[in-house]
This record gives sequence, structure tokens and C-alpha cells, in this order.
Amino acid sequence: MSSTFLGMPAVPPRSPYGTGNLRGEHTFPAAAHDELRNEQLRGNLRKATRTIRGKRLDVTGELPDWERLRDAGAAIKTDTMNRLPELLEQLERKVVEHGGTVHWARDGAEANEIVTRLVEETGSDEVIKVKSMATQEIGLNEHLAGRGVTAYETDLAELIVQLADDKPSHILVPAIHRNRHEVRDIFRAAIPGVDPGLDSVPAHLAAAARAYLREKFMTVPVAVSGANFGIAETGTLSVVESEGNGRMCLTMPDTLITVMGIEKVLPRYQDLEVFLQLLPRSSTGERMNPYTSLWTGVTPGDGPQTFHLVLLDNGRTAALADRIGREALNCIRCSACLNVCPVYERAGGHAYGSTYPGPIGAVLTPQLAGMHAAKNDPNSSLPFASSLCGACFDACPVKIDIPSLLVELRHQHTEQADTTVEKLAMKAAASVMKRPRLFTAAQRAAGPGGRLVAGRDRKISRLPAPFDGWTDSRDVPAPPRRTFRDWLASEEGEATLRAAAEEGARTADHPHQEENR
Amino acid sequence: MRIGLFATCLGDTLFPDAVKATAVLLTRLGHHVVFPPEQTCCGQMHVNTGYQREPVPLVRGFAEQFGDPSIEAVVMPSGSCAGSVRHQHRIVAERYGDAALADAVTAVEAKTYELSELLVDVLGVTDVGAWFPYRVTYHPTCHSLRMLRVGDKPLRLLHAVDGIDLVELPEADACCGFGGTFAVKNADTSTAMLQDKVRDVLSTGADVCTAGDSSCLMHIGGGLSRIKAGTRTLHLAQILASTRTSPCTLPETEAAAR
Repeated sequence: MSSTFLGMPAVPPRSPYGTGNLRGEHTFPAAAHDELRNEQLRGNLRKATRTIRGKRLDVTGELPDWERLRDAGAAIKTDTMNRLPELLEQLERKVVEHGGTVHWARDGAEANEIVTRLVEETGSDEVIKVKSMATQEIGLNEHLAGRGVTAYETDLAELIVQLADDKPSHILVPAIHRNRHEVRDIFRAAIPGVDPGLDSVPAHLAAAARAYLREKFMTVPVAVSGANFGIAETGTLSVVESEGNGRMCLTMPDTLITVMGIEKVLPRYQDLEVFLQLLPRSSTGERMNPYTSLWTGVTPGDGPQTFHLVLLDNGRTAALADRIGREALNCIRCSACLNVCPVYERAGGHAYGSTYPGPIGAVLTPQLAGMHAAKNDPNSSLPFASSLCGACFDACPVKIDIPSLLVELRHQHTEQADTTVEKLAMKAAASVMKRPRLFTAAQRAAGPGGRLVAGRDRKISRLPAPFDGWTDSRDVPAPPRRTFRDWLASEEGEATLRAAAEEGARTADHPHQEENR
Repeated sequence: MRIGLFATCLGDTLFPDAVKATAVLLTRLGHHVVFPPEQTCCGQMHVNTGYQREPVPLVRGFAEQFGDPSIEAVVMPSGSCAGSVRHQHRIVAERYGDAALADAVTAVEAKTYELSELLVDVLGVTDVGAWFPYRVTYHPTCHSLRMLRVGDKPLRLLHAVDGIDLVELPEADACCGFGGTFAVKNADTSTAMLQDKVRDVLSTGADVCTAGDSSCLMHIGGGLSRIKAGTRTLHLAQILASTRTSPCTLPETEAAAR
């Protein structure tokens, strides 16, 4: 048999990583160090996450088929990811059939360029916006501002964040880090013509925002939205929201531009049955969100007469190529994992440095934008920003196994990283532990030294780096006089187990003897 | 029953009393406890820190030490190590081991249990004849709760202990902030989590905070020790092994000594 040598197979081209607000300036531990000192933030987070956790448990617990809904959600999303290209082409066909225009954006820069051009073509220098993660991810508002277009966020919390020139810290509750007195000050400073005597009563604050926004809804001719779902079967887009600002943006202007991450597609209209139950119950802890808007292309004489759909990749194809990591694309952005995460609850959303904070952000952000091990990349620190407690997995409506994905990303990181002190230590530890005799010798060697350091109170209160973080707040007990295996081999060990066996035999013969004494 | 005892590297080296108590308890219940002498570590720390090549020999060693079919069940006084054996060994074996190792892992993981699972599910006991006349609060560790799903088994065992004053821990299912190398890599966040856990433990007025993992107890105990609190930590096995004949004596705390 003869064969032809065809050379080494080339590595297939890798899809590019995403751009935009998917990388912070500091590593998670450094950023968290500062955020943890923010008492306002910690208090607000504690209160808000606890409240919403309780509500979520109430409304998910009342459904007898909640676990089956989660299974269905996971199955539909997995099926979607497995045949994403054909579903996206079907979605495109259907949107075009119904009078819309579809644009494909490779990355954030391309999407920004497309949206800005579309706005410029309308002649407007203002847009109103529905809360959208995708446009935050690509930094659309900043890009529009650079081209002289003002974007008005119309979700109340997004408005607060925007007026304060701040960044959202929660997927669902972007201004979770602010209290109402701060909101009053922000409104007084930034809303034109606001009552200078505005107080911090929530209803008054909402009324001030409403008056300001109502004028925008009535006058701005272009809206930009994201999408919670895009139905391939029918070309229908959907936004779910609570305040009605979305409904205004989606119906009042002449032109609607929707930016949708390509993973938001769903195969069938009927799939909404599953997701419109999963999303509000997981997200706000409501049985149903107040406003669910559905639109299919353009309807003559009703609503926007020009509709553009921008399909955003921005690293999603790169994530899809990762057999294990692609599970993160199943996320429906409900934020349940944030609300149950003990790390998020303390450190807050800004510590993650990405549009996507919390457990899912710690997975999704490196998936979309990569981890560059060599450069102390903040994204490389995200998979480690978890105690792997597993609360996120239990809360996820589409059953994303976030702890396992975090462990997988940690592995990808250590595989990429050059030789580090940690890697050497791990190798050394493993090579001792795989040789039982060496392990036993090391145990015995560590004992006396540890006990000496611990001293009379038998505890160690200070360890050298990198373990000093532990002893900043925790003691370490002195190593015991004898390891378990040495005790077991000793006369004392033998005698103790013999006595236990005898005691067991006695009580087995007279089961009530002990109680009757 | 012939039960293989895995001491865990942490238990063997730093917390032998918890492992002793496991051996004593199972022996008292009439079982034959065997300790394969070449055992070392399950490799959980490696896998959870991102290292999957290095622990291959540890996974192999575990499967070899406990693969012996005469060992009917494998027990360890740790939810997270049992979780590692049952959920991570296969991943390591399939990725960096070989087919024989994967088969060996499959065989051994099927008979591996955390202590409360072994007692309640396999041995069918909840009243182990223990006596422990102290106020106790129980912290369900994350991996026993959400990885192994031990549910209320540890609490059922504790409820049956004679003389115990079992008090509920507020926000019991919240992580204590240990997370292995997380406690070092993200020491500030870990400390913030621990502070809340310590506050909740102290609010119970318990003499003892117990759990099924020495690692989490080392963390909670380290925090209690630092603030010289009067509450101690004891492994669940130590409470269950305590009887009127051989009672567990509470370790002294600085608060108690003052």
C-alpha cells in the first residue's frame, strides 16, 4: 500500500475574539480589594440579592414542572448551538421576507459602524435605547457619541447609570450599587429642567425620570434595542421588560435597529412557551414580566416602518468552537446566578471588569474575549473568582454547569501559561503525593517545624507569601503530634479500634443498655 | 461490611482526629475498616486550580488502592474529596489517562461515599448510638450539599445523637469562603464571606460548629480562632463517634481558658 505524505495538517483558522467592554483594567482580586471597602455597595448588594433570591425561590418552587422546564430550556439551547448557522440563515430569510434588513457584524467595531451608519442615514442625531447587554458589550453609546449622536437610555436604572457617567454593575439591576439619595443627587445634577427641590422619595424620582423620558419617546425618531429572543421559524424578535420603556421604544419611532447576539436565536415560536416562563421567574422573581414585546419585520401603518437587525458575533463563534465552553452560550441573561453568588454579593459587578459580571460573566467573558496568560490579563483571573460553591448551577434556568466550566477554563489557563511558581509547586506536590513513601516522609518532616512555628498556643498566625492572604484573617492549627496513619499503626490506634469493636458488640447485644444508664 | 477508608491528605496530615473518629465509628457499628497504606491524595486541589495532567498518577493511585473488589465501599470524611472522586477523576482519566484508567475510575467511583451517605444510604443507620451533650450547629459544606446532594442526611444523623442540643445555622447553605486555593488567590473576598459565616455561627451560641469537611472547618475554625471566639469546630464524625463510654472531649478555646 502506498501513501502520499501531505505534510503536517495546518491548525484551522480560529475565529477572532470579541472586542469592546469585555476586559477590565485590573485583575479580579485587585479590583475586588477596592470594591470590598465600599460599604454602600456591600449593603445594597446584600439587601437586593437576598430579596430577589427569596422571590425567585417562591415563584420557581410553586411550579410542579420547574425542573422539567429547566431541562427543556437546556435541551432547546443545546440544540440551537448545535445548528446555529442554519438557524441564523433561517432567521435572516424570515426577517427579510417581512420587510426587515439583516446585517452581519463580525465584531463590536463592525456592529458599531453599521448602527452608526444606519442612524446617520435617518438624519437624526439622537437615538432612544432599550436596555441591551449586547450594545453595552460593544460600547455603542460611546461610539455614537464620538460621531455626534446622543443615545438616551430609557430603562430607569440604565438612565441613572448613564446620567452619572457610571458603569452598570448588574445585568438586571444596573444601578444596584446606588441608593436613592445618590439617585436624587444624580437627577438634580443631570436632568435638564428638573425640580431643584426634588427629594429622594422613590415615586418622585420615578416621576422625574418619566417626565424626562416621555419627551424623548415623543420626539426621537430612531430606537436601538437588544433582543431576548429571535425566532428562526418566523423571524420574530422579542424583548421582555418591566417598565414599558421598551414598548415605547419598540413602537413609537420610525426606525428600529435591533442588535442581537447570534446565540439569542431560538428555533421555533413555540419555544417561547418555555423561555417566557424560565426568564421572568429566574430573573425578577415574577411569574410574568409586565411587558413582552414581539415584532416581525415591518407592519405597514403600525410601529416602526424601517427595521434593521444586526446579528453580532463578537467572539461567539470562538466560544462555539470550544466543545466544553460553548455551554456558556446557552445563557439567557436572567442574572439568577449573580443573585445567588457569594462572591458577586461581596465584590459587586464592577470587579469583573466586563459587561457580563458574576458567575456567568466569569465564564462568558474569557470565552468571548480570550485570556492572555502571559500578560497578567484581567480575564485570566476571572475563572478563579469563585469558591466553586455551586449555587449558580442550581439557580441557572438552562442548567449551565458553571462550576465545571470555571474549572475547565482554569485548566485552559494553566495550559497556556508559561512555567510559573504555582505550576512548579503543583508539579512538586503531585510528584511527592504520587510516591506514598515520600508523602509519608514529607508529612513527618512538616510536623515538628509546624509545631515549632505554632508555639505554645498551637496555632500559626502568620504565613509567608503567597499564603499570607490566609493568615490575614485566619489562624492555621499546628500540625498534630501524629498523622492518622501513624496513629493507626500504633498500639494506641490498635487498642482504640479494639475497644470500639467491643463497645459495638456490647451495645448490639443490649441495645438499650446505654440509654437506661 | 468491608469498608476502605480514605483518610484524605488533609485529614491524614492535619486533622487525624476526624479520620480516627470515622474509623472508630464504623468499627463500633460492626464493620471491618481497611486502610490501604499506599493512599495519598485525590488530586482535588490540582484539578480545581486548573491542573489536570499532574494529578493523573493520583487518580491512578486512588483507583489502584481502592479498586480491590473485596472492598465493598470506600468512605472518606470529606464531601469535597468524595465529589472529586465521583465527578473529576473521570475527566482527568479520559483526558490525560488511558482506557484502562477510565475503567478503573468507573469501578471505584460507583462505590465511593462521603460519611453521611455511607451511614444513611448504604448502612441504613441514622441512630449510631452517639452521645454528645453540647449545643451544636451544622454547616452543610457546598460540595456535600450541591455536588453530592447529601441533603439532610447529616442532620438526621445529628438529630439522633443523644444529649445533643442541635441549633439551626442561619443562612446555612451559604459558602464559608474556603474554596481551596480561592482562599489564597482571592483572600479579601474569601475573608468577607468568612466574616458573615462566623457571625452566623456565633449567633447560634453553639459550643461546636460541625460539618462534613475538615477543609471548610479549618477555614471556619481559623476565623473563630483569630477572633478568640468560644465556639470550636469538630468534624461530624467526631460527634457521631462520641459515646458515654468513650466521650469526645471538647478542645479548649482561648475564650474558655480566659
